[in-house]
Amino acid sequence: MFIINCPYCGERDQTEFSCGGEAHIERPKQPTELSDDQWAEYLFMRKNIKGVQFERWNHAHGCRKWFNMVRDTSNDKIQAVYKMGEKPPVK
Amino acid sequence: MSKNLRINKNNFIDQTTRISFKFNGQKLFGYKGDTLASALLANNIHLVGRSFKYHRPRGIMTCGSEEPNAIVQIGNDPSLTDPNVRATEIELYEGLDASSQNCWPSVNFDIGGINNFLSPLLPAGFYYKTFMWPASFWEKYEYFIRHSAGLGKAPTKSDPDIYDHQYSHCDVLVVGGGISGIISAKLSAEKGLDTILIDDKSFLGGSTIYQENECYKINSVNSNKWLANEIESLKNYPNLLVKNRTSLAAFHGYNYLLARESLTDHLSVNERKGKVRQRLWKIRAKKVIIASGSIERPLIFSNNDRPGIILSSSIKKYIDYYGVKTGENISLFTNNDSAYEAAISLYKSGVKVNVIVDIRKNSDSLIVKEALELGLKVLWESSVVDTQGYKRIKSFEVMKLSDDGYNVVGNRSKYSCDCLGISGGWTPMVHLFTQSGGKLKFRNEDNVFIPDENKTPSNQISVGSCNGEFKLNEIVVNTIENLKSFLSLNNSCYDGIKIICPDEKSKRNIWLLPSDKPIGKTKPFLDFQNDSTAKDVKLALREGFKSIEHVKRYTTTGMGTDQGKLSNMHALGIIADTTGTNMGELGTTTFRPPYTPLTFGAIVGRNVGKFFDHTRKTAIHNWHVKNKAEFENVGHWKRPWYFPKNGENMHQAVQRESKAARDSAGILDASTLGKIDIQGTDSSEFLNRIYTNAWSKLEIGKCRYGLMLNEDGMVYDDGVTTRLGENHYIMTTTTGGAANVLSKLEDYLQTEWPELDVYLTTVTDQYSTISICGPNSKKILAKIVPGLDLSDNNFPHMSFKNTKISNVNCRIMRISFTGEHSYEINIQSNYAEDVWIKCMEAGKEFNLTPYGTETMHLLRAEKGFIITGQDTDGTLTPSDLQMDWIIGKRKFDFIGKRSLYRSDTIREDRKQLVGLLTEDPKEVLEEGAQLVENINKKPIEMLGHVTSSYFSPNLNKSIALAVVKSGKKLKGKKLIVPMENKNINVTITDTVFYDKENKRLNA
Ligand SMILES: [Zn+2]
Repeated sequence: MFIINCPYCGERDQTEFSCGGEAHIERPKQPTELSDDQWAEYLFMRKNIKGVQFERWNHAHGCRKWFNMVRDTSNDKIQAVYKMGEKPPVK
Repeated sequence: MSKNLRINKNNFIDQTTRISFKFNGQKLFGYKGDTLASALLANNIHLVGRSFKYHRPRGIMTCGSEEPNAIVQIGNDPSLTDPNVRATEIELYEGLDASSQNCWPSVNFDIGGINNFLSPLLPAGFYYKTFMWPASFWEKYEYFIRHSAGLGKAPTKSDPDIYDHQYSHCDVLVVGGGISGIISAKLSAEKGLDTILIDDKSFLGGSTIYQENECYKINSVNSNKWLANEIESLKNYPNLLVKNRTSLAAFHGYNYLLARESLTDHLSVNERKGKVRQRLWKIRAKKVIIASGSIERPLIFSNNDRPGIILSSSIKKYIDYYGVKTGENISLFTNNDSAYEAAISLYKSGVKVNVIVDIRKNSDSLIVKEALELGLKVLWESSVVDTQGYKRIKSFEVMKLSDDGYNVVGNRSKYSCDCLGISGGWTPMVHLFTQSGGKLKFRNEDNVFIPDENKTPSNQISVGSCNGEFKLNEIVVNTIENLKSFLSLNNSCYDGIKIICPDEKSKRNIWLLPSDKPIGKTKPFLDFQNDSTAKDVKLALREGFKSIEHVKRYTTTGMGTDQGKLSNMHALGIIADTTGTNMGELGTTTFRPPYTPLTFGAIVGRNVGKFFDHTRKTAIHNWHVKNKAEFENVGHWKRPWYFPKNGENMHQAVQRESKAARDSAGILDASTLGKIDIQGTDSSEFLNRIYTNAWSKLEIGKCRYGLMLNEDGMVYDDGVTTRLGENHYIMTTTTGGAANVLSKLEDYLQTEWPELDVYLTTVTDQYSTISICGPNSKKILAKIVPGLDLSDNNFPHMSFKNTKISNVNCRIMRISFTGEHSYEINIQSNYAEDVWIKCMEAGKEFNLTPYGTETMHLLRAEKGFIITGQDTDGTLTPSDLQMDWIIGKRKFDFIGKRSLYRSDTIREDRKQLVGLLTEDPKEVLEEGAQLVENINKKPIEMLGHVTSSYFSPNLNKSIALAVVKSGKKLKGKKLIVPMENKNINVTITDTVFYDKENKRLNA
């Protein structure tokens, strides 16, 4: 169980947070112009990698803010936490 | 049996406090400080149980948590009895009542013992091979297996004890109170760090504290005296918390650890009342020091499992710590120097060891020399090949080992004994280290897996023998040096420490000791609890199992309650030897939490009974209770289900309530509906994006029904939203969906549309909602808010008014979920019960009838209104629900819009919502029942299922909603609902059964 450094509140226990899946998947601006396949790509396809993964997290039992996190899923090391709209500080 | 094997001299046991206890019904005595095991041994009782598969007699083998055999049931009270308790861990208390497990009818005469004679027929994988077929026999097999496989009795009544959870944050957690743990705790505390030291025993000091031997000295005093002083000095540190009787259960990532503190299990039953039995500590430590020590290995030879065969270090502890002789004619069998410590301890207590069998050619260490000087007889380069004695060992046979150690040579010589100590070297307890994600490395010199310092998670360290350091000087010096860098200390109070200790140089290890008999004729046990032998492992290898994880499962080696603490290394060693592999390449099996079993009580803590989950009650709840409502759980809410009168059953009450609501007036507590206050200049645009229909043109003061989809186009939630002002709306959601809807909307606002000026606030608890419906609802409301013009002109359907009841502001919406002329009063929750009572009084003359969720569901079903979550299941689009009218086709975008014309969502044969009427109007369908067309065609094609079903008193017939493949096109079609003992004929209809023209809304 990890400790997450919420960019708004600071370090808190993982139980206060919920994970919202892969980060940096932007909702298409003009969905009507997409083919079924393109829309399906946005809608359904998510990565689940062993290694460094970019994830959305929500401080659900805290400030309720969404933010992004870079986590190595093989050892749960959190490499970075950053606000929505900011560029990831690591590659 | 009545023999007393206690010696007089002892520092640790309070021989002035005698304690009486029972074992298998026999009344016995022990002393304060004893464990059940030491007290039994003092009474010369070794036989405590039967093995799992062959029901062989088994005795106490160890003195700690690794004990595989001495597992007992405590007590027989149906709510307090505790199975699978290790006799070696439980402390003796007045009135302790323990009995053997896994034997029937008694430990001395056990019917399952016949399995022992059948053992050639019960090899590894026996259960898998034999009980596989025929499948129809499985029930009989299962009965047989369950009956003869005993792992104690679970309590049958609820546990009255109190359990607790406690969170703790510290700088340093030290796990283990042996010599390296004590040194660690002191160094940490001395630096001023907030430190916790936990140990599973009732005393600190590990095995050093009873090491009364001149061979071991620290700073010129015996190591036990030195350590006792160190333990005493820990009291000087207020920043150090010492927790005895606390065992670490799990070590998770980010230094999150679970430990169970046992608070009353050592007290007499009378002293326990009102006290917390066990406390689960949830510890977050900045740094963790593991000092969990090591356990002695057994030796693997034929019939090595007889009662009376005990680890030599345990024999030493029983004599040195508990003052108990484990026998009167003791011999030892070893491959290392540890057994000689036991021999010397026994000698000093007046027990002369008969013979020491040592597989090594010699050893010249200090401790061996001392033993030889005392005149002890050693048989070098020899091995025990067999033992005799059924319920207690009575003799063993020794042969000379060949040079290479693969064979025995010469003749057997027999020695009588009543106890045989065995020592196969030491295994570091690396379980916690690996649980935390650490990786092990193999050290060839002494065949141990130890923590790999390059693959250790950050902010933790292993010290002492769990780190593979076994000599006193290494343990102490390395612990100090490693901690100096781990805790960033420049110097320490231990600098310049001087240690004298024996140095073991001679090493020899044979995983499976040779015999003069073929392996098929021997019984060398590996896993004593699960009865797996070395030949089972070899059989598994012959049958093609190669991975240690597979061999483990096939032979069940290491799968008992002791998690193979004694057996794993030998299993690995035998696999490595047989396959010619290096043990380091084989790797170990995974050690999973908990390290020692946890009680369910400790896991759940205080979250039992009414604290298991929280309950939400509306502000009008007390009135419902007073008026005899039956309640239904909706999410966490308690909602009135129906209000039975004069002994009515549910059906009768619901029929009466439903009729009253349509004939005159009904009243419903709708407070549980989710309410979200929406403000901001972009509120209208926001609603446009999240609902399927258009919102920009909704006038202030008007209400609108909205349908919310997931991005995949499936219906997610629904409800009425009211425009309170230019930039102010109040949204209602379903009761169960409220929290999820708010989260979802917040998600979109924060991540996709941060440019929108919108603020969401949940006001579900702040406002209560009272719904009054029926043809007389207007007259009742007129009495409550006499000043308000209720004419259709001024206050039409789907509009709202700000008004006051008495002097309290409230909002009244004219909206309807029943199809009747209907109002919803929204008022601050503090006033809700008052207003409800006012409504009841005003409605008296109109038979205003309170109704619950069941009647609400029935009334809306008559109108064909859906309930999301009941008629929908996350796979239905608005079109599937025949609600195409609510899709704003001209809107540029809304959540889920693009998905509404994916190839899958435009299929015409999707399941679609329809109405159903039964051929027999009295027949009420079961919700969830399947719909089919042709009952004779096998396999029967299932076309859909019933989602809602009621008997309508207003229509005097049964009605139902269902989802059916291509349902929209099937109006008038006859289908069949096949039930267990009948087939029900139904016809597909429109979803609206009652008042299709909506005349009653304005009645
Ligand atoms: Zn936060």
